[in-house]
Amino acid sequence: MSSHMLGRTASGLFWMMRYLERMENTARLIDAGFRMSLTRSRTQRSEWESVLTTAGAKTLYMTAHDDYKTASVVEFLLADRDNPGSVISSLKLARQNARMTRTALTRDVWEAINGAWLTLNELIGTPKDRDNLPDLLAQIRQQSALVRGTINGTMLRNDIFHFMELGGLIERADKTARILDTKYYVLLPSSASVGSSLDHVQWEMILRSASAERAFHWLHGGEITPGAIVDFLIHDTRLPRSIAFCYETIVSTLEALDACYDQSSDALATARGNRDHILGSSSATIVGMGLHEFLLDLIDRNAGLSDVISQTYRFNT
Amino acid sequence: MDKQAFFDEMMGSDGQTREPYQTFHEMMSSVDLERLLRKSGEAEQFFRKTGITFNVYGQADADERLIPFDLVPRILSAREWRTLKLGIEQRVKALNAFLHDIYHRQEILRAGRIPTALIENNAAFLPQMMGVNPPGDIYTHIVGTDLVRTGPDEFFVLEDNARTPSGVSYMLENRETMLRMFPELFSRVGVETVSDYPMLLRRSLAASAPPACDGSPNVAVLTPGIHNSAYYEHAFLAEQMGVELVEGSDLRIIEGRVAMRTTCGFEPIDVLYRRVDDEFLDPLNFNPESMLGVPGIFDIYRAGGITIANAPGTGIADDKALYAYMPDIIEFYTGRPPLLKNVQTWRCSDADSLAYVLDNLETLVVKEVHGSGGYGMLVGPASSKKEIEAFRAKLSDNPSNYIAQPTLALSTVPILTEAGLAPRHVDLRPFVLVSPDAVDVVPGGLTRVAMTEGSLVVNSSQGGGTKDTWVLSDE
Repeated sequence: MSSHMLGRTASGLFWMMRYLERMENTARLIDAGFRMSLTRSRTQRSEWESVLTTAGAKTLYMTAHDDYKTASVVEFLLADRDNPGSVISSLKLARQNARMTRTALTRDVWEAINGAWLTLNELIGTPKDRDNLPDLLAQIRQQSALVRGTINGTMLRNDIFHFMELGGLIERADKTARILDTKYYVLLPSSASVGSSLDHVQWEMILRSASAERAFHWLHGGEITPGAIVDFLIHDTRLPRSIAFCYETIVSTLEALDACYDQSSDALATARGNRDHILGSSSATIVGMGLHEFLLDLIDRNAGLSDVISQTYRFNT
Repeated sequence: MDKQAFFDEMMGSDGQTREPYQTFHEMMSSVDLERLLRKSGEAEQFFRKTGITFNVYGQADADERLIPFDLVPRILSAREWRTLKLGIEQRVKALNAFLHDIYHRQEILRAGRIPTALIENNAAFLPQMMGVNPPGDIYTHIVGTDLVRTGPDEFFVLEDNARTPSGVSYMLENRETMLRMFPELFSRVGVETVSDYPMLLRRSLAASAPPACDGSPNVAVLTPGIHNSAYYEHAFLAEQMGVELVEGSDLRIIEGRVAMRTTCGFEPIDVLYRRVDDEFLDPLNFNPESMLGVPGIFDIYRAGGITIANAPGTGIADDKALYAYMPDIIEFYTGRPPLLKNVQTWRCSDADSLAYVLDNLETLVVKEVHGSGGYGMLVGPASSKKEIEAFRAKLSDNPSNYIAQPTLALSTVPILTEAGLAPRHVDLRPFVLVSPDAVDVVPGGLTRVAMTEGSLVVNSSQGGGTKDTWVLSDE
């Protein structure tokens, strides 16, 4: 038996977790958008539009639809097989990668992913009334948690595990950045609305999308300020969906991989650079250069790291 | 054919439970049908959950299917198994000797025992293999022999699958399922184990390592990829053996070795259990269009840099047109008549045979020479006049593409239906491993069963199911 796994297997594990994380984040976004649509029917258009933008699917959506009706946006994000980022497409890709890397997974992990596919494909795969949407979205999060739990509970802490971790964290960092960026695309009716209750609800939606509203309230009480939210989602290493948390863990995972392969890799150097950039940018700097610009740059750096990892560990060539 | 004419392996021809089934049948009789049907449902759930599926070609939507599993095992006595085992070993040895001869001196042709044209004009014959010496002189490392039974002591070989026989994962998972469903059965009935197959396979492959191998052999399984119908099996075997499952795109020739791309660079492979057909193995030496294989692997193979199992060119041994000559082949290389019988076979390329076949289509089974999986065949007695006429036209068009055999009275074993036990036709595919040191026949195999009443077609692609196969241990 060789001591190192196939590059293709490493790639498959990495992408399996990216797709799984993507599935979960899409479900969270739908949840947040749906909640907004219930409370703020007048401004539905801009909320769903920003959700689609966050999911990176607005252009594709507009090729087939001419309005932002809740039902069609939900269906598009949840069950549309032509939308590569929909819940069902992401899960299908996650399972396909799991099949490809099956020799690297424990039976428990494979069965959890296969089980998630069987359960969710049955629930959302065929068009039907979405009268129980919150319940359905909760089930998606649960299935995802089940897979993550099985991985944590049964996988050896070796390179296989590390590649899975990396995929999940890089996707999560990307999604948290995009979720924060949503605010840029949600147009307030006028500048006078800054700090209004609408503004407030939109920030709350952002917290919800990151499953961070409870944690935020623990730390800040009822006081929701944009600066505090931005700081929390970018810098707080205690929050598992913050960008800083993702990067601290990415760095330690790449350190573990370097130790395991007895090397010092470009991937680690790049990740450390990204981490230092994130932790080194104070909230004031970020606001100064513009949150949107900062996030775009971050999304770019994050994608860059994904490429370097893919080259370092010979995912493709 | 008269229904009574079929031999039932559980109930015999006199309606009395046959000896190997006695304990099992007693226990089954005490369990009510509802509970059995519930168990059957559980078994299906188990298969679905573990993802034991196969892909069906040309059906985009139903891209993954379960093979129906039946709870009633197929049971063979230790004595019956011994007979089969000896016959299979003899056959496999003859196949290897034949392959060596065909790709070297061709003495069997010189002796006039089989027609030269049958080899020279055969698509499965690989001229590139002439004079090549595979490591350990083994050509068919893995064989699956298809057998049918027509009576208490009548077994016939239907096919020698000497290229890439599939189904061994079902043999193993069927047993696993039975152990979960009916643990109490196994404590009462002594059944030989099959679960060491992956270990035997790995050992057998490692024993066939090439001269270039230094140290412990690095084994890998080569799959065409996740869209192949048998992908589940490829992944399963690699996982069970603890070796890498590779695709052509993972491999490259480096410094005279076939190496796989790992996270830390390229590492050489010594033994490749390939589940890719010859044609697609090496675009430089065979089909240049192929994206599945490894450019140049055949040159490395010829130089002793890697073992390919099964060897390229092995297909000539299980070619259906050659099947009729198997008794001669066995006798030529082992000096003894075959222990297991062949089914009488007409090669339609022969004018007299063709005339006979065309006159008797309604009683014969006609198969494509290079067909597999039950595709492109005619089962005369089960076909309508119209189907027979349509097939007659195809056959007359290209006679040498077909062989014909009498419709055998395949034995039956009961399956569980909503209405209780009901007999269905079965065949049997035992799995054989050949290494320079040993021939291992795993006690059991894959029993395939036609789920439709009266049907003689057991192929999974045609809706056939499978059963666990028990070989009873000698008390």
